[in-house]
Amino acid sequence: MSPVDATTVAYEAHVSPTFLLDLSLLAMLVACAFAMVTQRRLFAVAMLSGVYSFVSALFFVLMDAVDVAFTEAAVGAGVSTVLVLSGMALASRREAPVSKQRKILPLLVVAIVGAALIYASFDLPALGDPNSPANSYVGTAYIDVSPTDITVPNIVTGVLASYRGYDTMGEVLVVFTAGLACLMLLGAGSIRGGRRVSDQAPPTPLIEAQQTFEQEMKARADHPEAGEERT
Amino acid sequence: MMGHVILRVTIKLLFAPIILFALYVQFHGDYGPGGGFQAGVVLAVAFVLHALGFGIEATKKVISPNILPWGMALGVLFYAGTGVLTLLLGANFLEYDILAPDSHHNAGQHMGILFVEFGVGLAVASTMLQIFYVFTGRDPEPADDAW
Repeated sequence: MSPVDATTVAYEAHVSPTFLLDLSLLAMLVACAFAMVTQRRLFAVAMLSGVYSFVSALFFVLMDAVDVAFTEAAVGAGVSTVLVLSGMALASRREAPVSKQRKILPLLVVAIVGAALIYASFDLPALGDPNSPANSYVGTAYIDVSPTDITVPNIVTGVLASYRGYDTMGEVLVVFTAGLACLMLLGAGSIRGGRRVSDQAPPTPLIEAQQTFEQEMKARADHPEAGEERT
Repeated sequence: MMGHVILRVTIKLLFAPIILFALYVQFHGDYGPGGGFQAGVVLAVAFVLHALGFGIEATKKVISPNILPWGMALGVLFYAGTGVLTLLLGANFLEYDILAPDSHHNAGQHMGILFVEFGVGLAVASTMLQIFYVFTGRDPEPADDAW
């Protein structure tokens, strides 16, 4: 007998009162996405992506995933919005218009991927189904042994920091590497010959010509005979 | 920039509670939602808010950009160091029980989780603030009508 059969419970998905709330939040997400697509001003797009993150955080709370909701609100709505805005301050404030021909291929790709995802969603288990893979194998094992193994009330923290300590260390290394990459690309200034130097504005041709002219005049004034020879 | 009196007063009022909340999220992660990742981000957000209200130069006086790479590296080393510590004590990498072997209520696990979460919080807060610094430090402050 397989472990799935041993734990199979009769389960019927039912419509709960929060279902309407779910639907309205999902509708807001879709509306947000369409508003982002139609906007040309990047400031509005950045703000709308923050709104999108907040709405999905609410959605995660409804799913009882408070830890994920917390992260989404702090990282997605807080820090990324600010980073996108500060990146936008260095670049253009408006999206450049794109010709119709170049829109066809991306639209096709998006349509196909979207259709595939919708098709795949028919196979997803119902929300809260105790027989779903997420609720049957290692998840139940963690819930069973965590109160005696770790005795940390928040099982999410126990899984994240203890059972899957390696994974979390990898995640911290990813964050560290991202910071390092930003620092190397943007923050370190220029290094020439092992020494850190501040970049100078490259001389314009006009200033360059003026400097050569002045040097020439100075050379002629210092050595009149050399100047006569050259002419 | 000098016009945003309401924003600046609000930021001054919120600055300390945000940091307090970050510490709460950091050290209460065992008992409620939260942990090092969220706490690090919330801590960095406090300083980002300060920079948005008072200018990046004022924030760089509060936290120098020079110490942030140290914070990033120390956070990662703190996490990995906890694993090396358990190795040296004779257990597997990141097997926290060895930190308090005689405990009957898994004190070793609690200590280990606190240690690694502290490393996570330090690394994430330093990294977020570092990325914010290198993005905003490249240009003088945008004009108020730039948006």
